[in-house]
Formats: sequence, structure tokens, C-alpha cells
Amino acid sequence: MAAVLDTRLEARPNARRIAWVPLALTAVALAWLTLFLFVPLFAVFFEALRKGWGTYVAAIAEPDAWAAIRLTLLAAAIAVPVNLVFGIAAAWAIAKFDFRGKSVLVTLIDLPFSVSPVVSGLIFVLVFGAQGWFGAWLTDHDARVIFAVPGIVLASVFVTFPFVARELIPLMQAQGRDEEEAAVLLGANAWQLLWRVTLPNVKWGLLYGVILSNARAMGEFGAVSVVSGHIRGVTNTLPLHIEILYNEYQFAAAFACASLLALLALVTLALKTWVESRS
Amino acid sequence: MRALLRRHSVLPGFGIALGFTVLYLSLVVLVPLSAAFQKTFTLSWDAFVADVTAPRVLASLQLSFGAALAAALLNAVFGLLVAWVLVRYPFHGRRLVDALVDLPFALPTAVAGIALTAVYAPNGWIGKPLADLFGVKVAFTPLGVLVALAFIGLPFVVRTVQPVLEDLERELEEAAQSLGATRAQTFVRVILPTVAPALLTGFALAFARAVGEYGSVIFIAGNMPMVSEIAPLMIVTKLEQYDVAGATAIAVVMLVASFALLLAVNGLQWWSRRYAEARS
Repeated sequence: MAAVLDTRLEARPNARRIAWVPLALTAVALAWLTLFLFVPLFAVFFEALRKGWGTYVAAIAEPDAWAAIRLTLLAAAIAVPVNLVFGIAAAWAIAKFDFRGKSVLVTLIDLPFSVSPVVSGLIFVLVFGAQGWFGAWLTDHDARVIFAVPGIVLASVFVTFPFVARELIPLMQAQGRDEEEAAVLLGANAWQLLWRVTLPNVKWGLLYGVILSNARAMGEFGAVSVVSGHIRGVTNTLPLHIEILYNEYQFAAAFACASLLALLALVTLALKTWVESRS
Repeated sequence: MRALLRRHSVLPGFGIALGFTVLYLSLVVLVPLSAAFQKTFTLSWDAFVADVTAPRVLASLQLSFGAALAAALLNAVFGLLVAWVLVRYPFHGRRLVDALVDLPFALPTAVAGIALTAVYAPNGWIGKPLADLFGVKVAFTPLGVLVALAFIGLPFVVRTVQPVLEDLERELEEAAQSLGATRAQTFVRVILPTVAPALLTGFALAFARAVGEYGSVIFIAGNMPMVSEIAPLMIVTKLEQYDVAGATAIAVVMLVASFALLLAVNGLQWWSRRYAEARS
């Protein structure tokens, strides 16, 4: 190592003289990250525990908080598997076959990423709301989508739509078709092909997509906020519950609930780093 | 038709996979999005223009686009710096810092919003020294909007530029320096042209994300009409007043802007691939 370093210093005689440049750049970069990332992250846990463990546990054990946690888990438990199935189907069609309009399809799949969360909620109000396309029909059949749980699930499905497909498409394209074609020639049926050949090859990318869409589904705020109606204990997800607590100046309770989601984010990042090191 | 779609493949399941993909895409994304445009067409052109050029709406659009642009520029500069430091300078805890750069992707926006507000409020850890020493108020002003947007856009530039920097050939820089180039010249003439397409892509992605951002901004912005009210909040406010058509008019303006950005990003990525191939 020392030898490598020495030759490089010899090659650039002025390198030793201005060795403060890397130091200064590293310091500025870390200062920027500290101001915008590390301090706010630390603040979540600090504010959550400011009034002690008793307040913290009470804020999370409260019935409305529990209802919010359950609804958040439910929305993610529906949105993630549905988009997982879609992601596999889309990646199979796009990566393993040639057809016209493929690049248009790939662009359209990315659409939900470029739509503002609030607009993502609004479009479902326009379809299922009281004055929307199916509003009258839903009222006649005594069913509700907007300001009810189905709306929250729909909004969660929309905002997590591209994640799995987006991870799988480049991965499956890079792997080509040879293995699948060999399996077919050896007599594998479609089901065997999927479970024995294709999915094992992309399992880390698949897991990565699932982790990311789960984080987004559980943390979504804007889209869910528009369709929720903020009925306590019924249509509040955990992020919406945090907003209500915060607006009522119950800061310790708001940050206690926020710390659960911050922990989820840290677990997500840890899993992501682990998956990246495996693949 | 079938022959046109599918060129001699022995693999099964094309029809069902593509059929399901298109059907699901239409039901979940395309049909709901078209509802926004259909709703806008029920407005007359004059009513649409009146809705989106009302002073309060115009101010909110200006703030959303202006602050997003400023935040994306900040992120382009500091994102490039962070990527450079992560790639080039080994320091203790680099792997941890590298993983934490993605925090704004993983942290729910509402959590980011209340955390940034607590830190940058006049009595917060960073807000108080800024107010005491410089008299700068961050939270509950347009500056607060900028802070929130800089936070959520932070990973985009780092993650697009980082792989390009990793592939950068050090020989080129060393050649430039041995030919007498200063560090600044090497940076401007050798490094910057190579990373420019990736930097622009990251900038555009951060900008697109920031324009529509809602959750992290509304807590720190203070939401004063004409001053610190963002366009997505304007949509929510109009919805709460049962002005669905007015809300949709603003939404369509934002949708058109984000589609244009999406096309620009796709074009940039296509260009940077060609650029990389041409250089190699």
C-alpha cells in the first residue's frame, strides 16, 4: 500500500503539497450530509424519547396509534404482493421477448414516479369520489372507496407500482434468454421455468424491489392523505396519525410514532446494503 | 399481427404476461390519470386559465418550480461533491455514510418533514444558531421549503454520478496533470465533461421529485398564502373547499410539467449511454 502511494506521489510531485484538498472536500461533504441527513435523523429519536420511555410507550400503545399501524400494515400487505406479480409479468414480457412499443411501455411503467403524490390521490377522487365517474354507482350500492380503506389501498398500489418492475427489467434483460430456452428444450413447462430458472436468477433484485416498495407503501403521505378523510381509528395510516398528533402539538407522541417509521427506514437501508453485497 | 408482435421465441407466456401488464397498467395508472384530463376538459378554456393564473395559484406554482430548481442546483453541486468524496477518499465510516445517503428515499416524507422542522425551527438545533448569528429564519419561510426539497433530492445526483466516477480512468487525470494542468483545469476539462450527462440526469430527477413534493414541505413551510404555499398544497386546499375542477386544473399543469421532465430524463439517459459508448 505504502509503495503504491509512493509511486503515485512521485508521479504527481505537487500532490503532497496540496494534500489538504481531499481533507477539505471530505469535510465539506460530511458537513452537508450532517446538516441535511444526520442531524434530522438523530432529532427524530431524540424528540421521541425527550419525555422518557413512559410517554414513548404510551404514544405507541394508544388505540388510535394501533389502528393506524394496522391499516398501514394492511395497505402494504396488499399493495406489495399485487405489484410484485405485476412486476414479474411485466419484466417477463419486456425482457424475454421482442415487440413493438416496448420502450413506450417501459416509460409508461415509470409514470407513477413522476406524478406528485397529491395528484396521485386526486385522480382516484376523480374516479371514485362523490362527483367522480363511479361516485353515483358506489352511492347506490352503499359502497365507499374514497375516505375509506379501499381508497388508501388503491393510492398505495399506485405509488408503489413501478418499483419491482423497474428492478427486474434491467436484471432480466442482462441475463438474456439462453437459460430459459435451454430449459424449454429440456421439456420444462412455463411454471417450472418461472420457479426453477427465472426467479432464482433474479431473487436478489426481486427482494430489493419488494423492500423498496414496502418502505414506500408504509411511508406514503401525500396520496393517502388526499383519499383518507382522516377519520381517526378508521382511515388514518401511521404517517397521517403523525400529522394529526403534530398539528395538535403532541410533539413527543408524534415523534414516537415517527421513530417507528424511521426505524423501518433504517432497516430498509440495512437490508438494501445487505442485498447489494449479495448480488 | 401475432408474427409482428413476437419474433420466433420458444419461451412460453408472452401473451398472458404482456396482456396482464397492459391491462393492469391501464387500470391502475392510465385510466385514473386520464380522469384528470377528462375533468379538465369539462372546464371552458377561460375557466381553466382563470383557475391556474389566479394570483395565489400562480404564486404557489412559482414557489414549487423555483424552490425545486434551486434545490436541484444545490443538490447537483453538493451531490457531485459527496459522490466524489465517497468514490475517491477513503475515510472511517465511509460504508455507513454511503448507505445513509439513501435515507431520503427510505424515510417517509412526513417523518422527514417534522424532523427538519424541529431542527430548523427558530428554537431548533440548527435554526437557533442561524437565527442568533445571522438573523436568518429557515422554518416557516420559503427557505424552509428549499431545505425540505434539498433533503428529498439529495440521493438522486449522488446515485447517478457515483457509478460514472467509479469508472473514471485515473490515467486521464494523471496525464492531464503531468502535462501541466492545474487541479481546477483537470476538473473542468477532464472530469466534468465525463460526468456531465449523469449529473444532468440526476439534476433532472431531483428537480422532478421536488416539484411535486408534499409531505416533507408542508410541516416546515408555514404555508402562508402567496409566500410559502406550494402548488400541491394548493390542490389539497381546493379539494377541501370542494373545488374539484380547480384542484384538477392545477394538477394538470403539474402533470404536463412532470411528463415533459420524464421525457427529458429519458432523453438524457439515452444521450449519456451514447456519450459513454462514444468516449469508450
